[in-house]
Amino acid sequence: MQLSTSILLTIALAPLVGCLLAGFFARFIGRAGSHSVTILGLLVSCALSFYVLYQLTLGGAAEYNQNLYTWFQIGPFNASVGFMVDRLTAMMLVVVSFVSLLVHVYTIGYMRDDPGYTRFFSYISLFTFSMFMLVMSNNFMQLFFGWEAVGLVSYLLIGFWYKRPTAIFANLKAFLVNRVGDFGFLLGIAAVLYFLGTLDYATAFNAAPGLVGKTLQITAHTQWDAATVICICLFVGAMGKSAQVPLHVWLPDSMEGPTPISALIHAATMVTAGIFMVARMSPLFELSSTALSFVLVMGATTALFTGLIGIVQNDIKRVIAYSTLSQLGYMTVALGVSMYSGAVFHLMTHAFFKALLFLGAGSVIIAMHHEQDMRYMGGLRKYMPITWITMWIGSLALVAIPFTSGFYSKDAIIEAVGESHRWGAHYAYFCVMAGALVTGLYTFRQMYLTFHGKERFTVADHHGHGHDGHDDHGHHEPGVLAHAPKESPWVVTLPLVLLAIPSLLVGFFTVGPMLFGNWFGNVIHVEEANDVLAELGHEFHGATAMALHGFTQLPFLLVVIAFVTCTYIYLFNPALAGRIKSALKPLWTVLDRKYWVDNVYFALFARGGVMLGRVFWKAGETAVIDGAMVNGSVGLVHRIAATTRRLQSGYLYHYAFAMILGLILLLGGYWFIGSVPVGQ
Amino acid sequence: MITLAHYIVLGAVLFCIAVAGLFINRKNVIVLLMSIELMLLAVNMNFVAFSRFLGDVSGQVFVFFILTVAAAEAAIGLAILVLLFRTRSTINIADIDSMKG
Repeated sequence: MQLSTSILLTIALAPLVGCLLAGFFARFIGRAGSHSVTILGLLVSCALSFYVLYQLTLGGAAEYNQNLYTWFQIGPFNASVGFMVDRLTAMMLVVVSFVSLLVHVYTIGYMRDDPGYTRFFSYISLFTFSMFMLVMSNNFMQLFFGWEAVGLVSYLLIGFWYKRPTAIFANLKAFLVNRVGDFGFLLGIAAVLYFLGTLDYATAFNAAPGLVGKTLQITAHTQWDAATVICICLFVGAMGKSAQVPLHVWLPDSMEGPTPISALIHAATMVTAGIFMVARMSPLFELSSTALSFVLVMGATTALFTGLIGIVQNDIKRVIAYSTLSQLGYMTVALGVSMYSGAVFHLMTHAFFKALLFLGAGSVIIAMHHEQDMRYMGGLRKYMPITWITMWIGSLALVAIPFTSGFYSKDAIIEAVGESHRWGAHYAYFCVMAGALVTGLYTFRQMYLTFHGKERFTVADHHGHGHDGHDDHGHHEPGVLAHAPKESPWVVTLPLVLLAIPSLLVGFFTVGPMLFGNWFGNVIHVEEANDVLAELGHEFHGATAMALHGFTQLPFLLVVIAFVTCTYIYLFNPALAGRIKSALKPLWTVLDRKYWVDNVYFALFARGGVMLGRVFWKAGETAVIDGAMVNGSVGLVHRIAATTRRLQSGYLYHYAFAMILGLILLLGGYWFIGSVPVGQ
Repeated sequence: MITLAHYIVLGAVLFCIAVAGLFINRKNVIVLLMSIELMLLAVNMNFVAFSRFLGDVSGQVFVFFILTVAAAEAAIGLAILVLLFRTRSTINIADIDSMKG
């Protein structure tokens, strides 16, 4: 049985239609019309995505791979638009459309008072369309289109509140850092075209084994293995999009955007595009263990060191942002040990619980009247019980308590790294293991600071401040609220509940088939020697056994340590946190300054770029183009004209004299030659 | 005996006088117009001389045309001169240099 083309087209195009209607016709359909039409589009996409997943899993449908439209053709190279829908794609479709749908609903509550309401709906629908194009692509060209399109929407949405200088700064930063990654990605695609002669996935992957032994001369005397070059270049693209060290700096700043897109784009879907891409390219990556070691080390570094920064953050969204970086590091580590299905599995579970955490943080931010600093929160659990419970569920999944979704994916990754013999696996094992402790520390700290302990905010005397109204969010002094915090409306809490369910349960039901049951089939290709999952699979005796086994493992112990530490510090002895901070001042400074990576980039690249620009401005633009070429040619004409204009005396007899002189010279010349052309 | 050469020399002399009048005169536009008339007369002289020498009357017919045209031209030239004087209050050539670059 074949999947129907029209269904796949509808999945991709329904959000685009919603985007165009909400974007261009918002004036006619209004605010309610805009959110209805975009949500309807997403509902259609989501339902059809589930149908496609069902067809591919239980309905016995064959994988779909077809070109639908030829964009252009140059010689043998064919740039076409086509869909490749297999189980990997179907899983991504379900995750993206489900989270996106819930974020759409959530946005109704979160952006209620925002003047850019309809624009926001248009953007997030456009994002969903772009993401669909990215995951459904059957060639590198369309992948790149989706890749850039999601980047564009990310840029637009980080700078959504375009009157805030910090938001403009953040979106420019995200854009520029992503350009670095995209440059590598483009080089990787070019290398694929150069060595394999095609950008079509299926053809390229079939030809991939031919890469073995081929080399590329980049510098004078060194030969680089072709597969390594291709994979590292492609992975540089993934580093940009999935925010791996050292291109991670844009993701924390992207929190300037509204919270729904932090959940959708910068946690659940777009940033995982790099992970998806590497998993999709597994036939290429399997050819180069050098590239995979590079992936492994980068991922491990990201997993541990960005998590550490999360411990010292005070902004509720930034803690989750650093947590996202850390979890993306875990996925990258999984890719690095050839456990592609584990990475994709963690991608899926992470999408659910991280979107949940972000949306929960957004709910807290609504209740706190756009105060994001956790130092002014505390004790919120009695005001907003639904948010409190759902966020605890998300947090338990994040720290990988057995039986939650996060446990199955994260624990499998940690064990797989322990089994792996790849170069760098020991370092990675240390990083992911220490990362488990770090995850516990920042997660519990965040939960305690936000929901437990004493209230560190005061509710202003309402009668005294009555004239302020509640419209001037964020302008009052910190820690003073105009109204007591209250639970968010149902459009906000419903998505939280709907995300809490898969955060708890989806791992339990899918771990068996997805990790050990060869559910992905031949979509993900793993060389036999690299197959750590197969080794783990021998010890796998069902999800329940795995979870029970998890209670005896080191990661769980580390989480318990983190839990006890945080509980003691933040519930029973709040003064201790400040004392620890001053005792570990140097370490705290390093983390608070984020290892000075931003400062180095500013000094080196931003200032260096400005200086380079100044050189070109002064020397190139001002001296050569303006001075020599533009003004120079004008000056030359001016000088010639100044000389020749003296000939124009304005006196008639001068002109007559010149005419006569000319006549005499001409006639004289002819006479001198001896042939006056008169008569015949 | 007066030969063709005498007539042609006379024409050339008249023409040269007219050219000299154009160049040397720096004062008066009327003298310019007179010089131009003199040039036309030099041409007429050649026409008549060759007409007589070659026994072809058409040259003399041309002279009449030229005289007519010269009369019209003189009228127009004087009219322009009057206008020039009205607008600029002078007919001094040295003052008429608005084409100066």
